[in-house]
Amino acid sequence: MEGRYRMETQRLSVYYGKHPGVRGVSLPVHDRKITALIGPSGCGKTTFLRALNRMHDLNPIVRVEGRVLLDGEDIYAPEVDPVVVRRRVGMVFQRPTPFPTMSIFENVVAGLRLVGVRDRKRLMEAAERALRMAALWDEVKDRLHQPAVGLSGGQQQRLSIARALAVEPEVLLMDEPTSALDPISTQAIEDLLATLKDEVTIVIVTHNMQQAARVSDYTAFFLDGELVEFDRTEKIFTNPKDPRTEAYITGRFG
Amino acid sequence: MNLRRRYLRDRVMQGLVYLGTLAVLLPLFFILYYVFVQGIGALDLAFFTRPPAPPGEGGGGMLPAIVGSLVVDLIALALAAVFGVAAGVLLAEYPDHPLNPFLRLVSDVMAGLPAILMGLVAFVLVVKPMGHFSGFSGAVALALIMVPIITRATEGVLKLIPWEITEAGLALGLPRWRVILSLVLPAARGGILTGLMLALARGAGEAAPLLFTAFGNPFLTLNPLEPMDTLPLKLYVYAISPYEDWHRQAWGAALLLAAAIMVANYLARRATRS
Repeated sequence: MEGRYRMETQRLSVYYGKHPGVRGVSLPVHDRKITALIGPSGCGKTTFLRALNRMHDLNPIVRVEGRVLLDGEDIYAPEVDPVVVRRRVGMVFQRPTPFPTMSIFENVVAGLRLVGVRDRKRLMEAAERALRMAALWDEVKDRLHQPAVGLSGGQQQRLSIARALAVEPEVLLMDEPTSALDPISTQAIEDLLATLKDEVTIVIVTHNMQQAARVSDYTAFFLDGELVEFDRTEKIFTNPKDPRTEAYITGRFG
Repeated sequence: MNLRRRYLRDRVMQGLVYLGTLAVLLPLFFILYYVFVQGIGALDLAFFTRPPAPPGEGGGGMLPAIVGSLVVDLIALALAAVFGVAAGVLLAEYPDHPLNPFLRLVSDVMAGLPAILMGLVAFVLVVKPMGHFSGFSGAVALALIMVPIITRATEGVLKLIPWEITEAGLALGLPRWRVILSLVLPAARGGILTGLMLALARGAGEAAPLLFTAFGNPFLTLNPLEPMDTLPLKLYVYAISPYEDWHRQAWGAALLLAAAIMVANYLARRATRS
């Protein structure tokens, strides 16, 4: 049955030292759909997300157990290079992270240029494509060579998205990408998600239940490191099976 | 508490702060002023273009020492930058590396050693095997003084670079070394350059470690494998001499040294700002 989904976790647990941040989560990630991870603070949704492209590798106290399949293959298998995994599974963080010494253009193509792509024309095409996908092209096309730190917060976040898209990942992980942004920028990014899912599979962590309901196709509800319920988003928000899910989405805790 | 008393207290505190600032700056200005007044008279064309003249003869200059200082200091800086920045990167970016406790100990001990001991080390490591004094051995001695300064500055400034930059780079599928080289180090370049300048300023002013390494040389040479003169060496030799015109030139050397270090600092700061 492996390979039915773009990604899939099987009994995935993540430990901080002895403390389990994520416990035995099995979750499918459907191809070219948006999967939202919701739950109260500290429920393990970000920890789970970071396990999907091996971002925990750098922290020696974190231990990952179980399997994470990408196109049917375990990304934690010993022969797998985490660098290759991260090329295929990109990530956008909570706060925008433009590289401070680089221009807008250099930021967008950083993932290509720094692995040796030198062809100016190809870089320019990749930059335009990524910036268009991130709905930023029209705003920055006349100042591509100005410093990226001069952009507004919302623009910087879309730049971070463009930068992640430029390396053409199969899956894009987003860790509360709008939590540091104003409502208008948030709107821009939510609109963007709807168009992006034709090309990439998206997993998004969000604190904002309305956001999950608006943008996602599937929703997973986490509590205390465990997956409580996973289903189509409309099902989760209209007719959840678990009483804890219902309590959360109706605002009774969290 | 009433408002008037708060204002009064604010004034008094401000006054104390200004007074303290003045107490620090005054000696500095006095030194610079004194060096300037004593040294400016010695800075004529010959000072920059002529080799030294025997005492009492007049004329003569510092050309070999000026050139020697440039050559020795730049070689020292290049050597120290490679090792110092590399050590700083290891300490800051790989905090769990098994080599680090040892590295930190060595760096701290080196930073505390008297400069003349570094001259001794360079003497044993370079002068003895080569069989003669050389500008290069002087550069090694100065580099040993510079390395711990650069290591500390690099480590400190790298730790200030947000971890998010590293994560963002890794999430693009870049290898760790590439992230450090192309994203983290450029973001820290201002601080690293300041560290290099501090180290250069420290090394460029040293005479003691050069006494039995670079040794000094009254003749102009560009070859770092020969003995070389430097400004602090010349300053030392001329200052303890009994000759009036050598004293004058020693002051000139002091002024030139101070000015060169200040200009280098200023240029480095300007370069990193743009």
